Amino acid sequence: MQPKSHLFKEESTKAIGDANLQSALKNLQTGFVAARARAADGLDEFEALRDEAVTLKDHILANLDFYLERFEEKVTEAGGTVHFCATAEEARQTILELCRRYGAKSVTKGKSMVAEEVALNPFLEANGIEPVETDLGEYIIQLAKEAPSHIIGPAVHKTKEQVSDLFHEHHAKYGRTERLTEAEDLVTEAREVLRQKYFDADVGITGANFLIAETGSTIIVTNEGNGDLTQMLPKAHVVISAIDKVVPTLEDVSTILRVLARSATGQEMSAYTTLSTGPKREGDLDGPEGFHVVLLDNGRSDLLGTDKQDLLRCIRCGACMNHCPVYTAVGGHAYGWVYPGPIGAALDPHIVGLEEARHLPNASTFCGRCEQVCPMRIPLPKIMRHWREEAFERGLPPARERLALKGWAWMARHPWAYRLAARIGIGVMGRLGRRRGGRFRDLPLARAWTKSRDMPAPEGRTFIDRWKAGERG
Amino acid sequence: MSANANARPRVGLFVTCLVDLYRPSVGFAAVKLLERGGCAVDAPLAQTCCGQPAYNSGDRADTAAIAKQVIEAFEGFDYVVAPSGSCAGMIRHHYPTLFADDGDWARRAADLGAKTFELVSFLTGVCGMTEVEAKLDRTVTYHDSCSGLRELKIKEQPRRLLATVDELELVELPTAETCCGFGGTFCIKYSDVSAEMVRRKSDDIQATGADLLLAGDMGCLLNMAGKLKREGADIQVRHVAEVLAGMTDGPAIGEEG
Repeated sequence: MQPKSHLFKEESTKAIGDANLQSALKNLQTGFVAARARAADGLDEFEALRDEAVTLKDHILANLDFYLERFEEKVTEAGGTVHFCATAEEARQTILELCRRYGAKSVTKGKSMVAEEVALNPFLEANGIEPVETDLGEYIIQLAKEAPSHIIGPAVHKTKEQVSDLFHEHHAKYGRTERLTEAEDLVTEAREVLRQKYFDADVGITGANFLIAETGSTIIVTNEGNGDLTQMLPKAHVVISAIDKVVPTLEDVSTILRVLARSATGQEMSAYTTLSTGPKREGDLDGPEGFHVVLLDNGRSDLLGTDKQDLLRCIRCGACMNHCPVYTAVGGHAYGWVYPGPIGAALDPHIVGLEEARHLPNASTFCGRCEQVCPMRIPLPKIMRHWREEAFERGLPPARERLALKGWAWMARHPWAYRLAARIGIGVMGRLGRRRGGRFRDLPLARAWTKSRDMPAPEGRTFIDRWKAGERG
Repeated sequence: MSANANARPRVGLFVTCLVDLYRPSVGFAAVKLLERGGCAVDAPLAQTCCGQPAYNSGDRADTAAIAKQVIEAFEGFDYVVAPSGSCAGMIRHHYPTLFADDGDWARRAADLGAKTFELVSFLTGVCGMTEVEAKLDRTVTYHDSCSGLRELKIKEQPRRLLATVDELELVELPTAETCCGFGGTFCIKYSDVSAEMVRRKSDDIQATGADLLLAGDMGCLLNMAGKLKREGADIQVRHVAEVLAGMTDGPAIGEEG
């Protein structure tokens, strides 16, 4: 996906003015937040489980090469193949070659953020292969020719009415001309339309929530079961995943699974947890003939041993975005790349470059709620701060901003100058403010503030001046 | 408490730049409460700002210079108290991080951090204050400012003291823990996003039916007061310290004096 993160300001303003988007985002704020709170409160050992999951993931990251090698060995033993890909381009080419090897004209896809990261769909299309998204949310945005706006709810930015319009427009070719308005009917129609696609596909591509080193299995968790059909019916199953998804054992996975769904949707577990181990064996009734795991690095290993390594603990639950007041105000598309919200603000600058993504770590109030709800306790504000420091060192913020900041810092470091300026400035503002009823409706030097809110007037003399003069209240 | 058990602990009031410039009455309310809590209070004249604007903008060098100045001005006190969870959190948690690799400054920053508190949590946690002598016949709602809430775990302390204010009724704001969109320089740099956040906040505040909004940080208060006033809402806005100190005679934030 071509990053558009440099347009964050323009896109966020547009998003705030988009009535459909705002109506869709409203549900997100109330639904997921309350559900997570209930799930966390309902499990006494939730905090202890989070700690356990963090310790486990840190251990994995410290021994990542070991577990990846072990995983590859086990996949091979089971009759599958692991393809290590350093870059997005390598991953795309590898998957294209696999599709060609199996003579694929169409592929079904289960949900995968990594596939979005490498921009797989447009690449396959450009090479004459039709990708069909089978996750309902992904299917909706594929029809709308959009990117996901959320990690677990790719179409969370769409209202039911917009989905109704999309289905009405795109399903006529399957003889379905009636306009549906009920959610349940829309889901049923999507199921029926997708059914034949599963049988027609030559290759099924899914993501993976986890890769199990001890067995060579890959795991996907879904609520729709579409992943099972995607991987079972075609000739080959191609898993695309990032290297940081490996976990030593099945038991370890159960620890993380217990915090994953609770953090994401407030469920105890997702409806389906599907394990895939190698291709169909002799005597198996079903299953693919080929099993391939495409493992993407794309800069992740560069994070190991750095102050941003904690990012690799992310299990893609989306809790940070559900709870982020910036994300819930502007939605995911404003972030301009695959991973939106706080995790995107911390991760995207590393993958797409800080020049491109400079706004993302800055567009946060540091309210800290993302870190509070992150099941893997990723210090997201701290990582955003690292990016701000790097951007500042490299001179990326606009000159006007840097100058204003330097001016303030100089004053703060010279108390005599600060006191003098404060006395004059606050004195004038206090007098003007009293004449204007205690607040300013328009301050030419603070239009960014007064465009939408009044600026309360200062009392008129500073505390320190009054304290120095012996006043005590 | 201090070395001499009979001596009153000496508290350095970190008044915060926004209180100093905008709302000195909050500083005086803090002094009154601290004295009632048994402390001897002084406000060093060399103080300006804790350095957050620079720190949150990525300017580490200037932040360190400002922080050193704060450390020098305040390390002689038994405690440092600020009527702000954000500034107290900055000194308590971020100064030690800032100087982690800086020898003697690391020790001095850690020492200062360990004795720095937000006002209300200091009153309840260190002074052992369980009630205040104040009366206010209002229905109030309370916004939990983010830094205080998450960095310093300030949640029930202000509620506990507010419950002892005569005739005061507290109605909870369902989104009390959601950021109001101030965020220091965020509200200027991303003003449209900030405006949307405070618009939602303002709706939520008005839906409580309260006639007075309280919080513990001037930044959030200026932001929310500015929005409520712009919308013509009939809700006053004050710092929680003013109510606890019984100093509510003066004009509320953004109102005519």
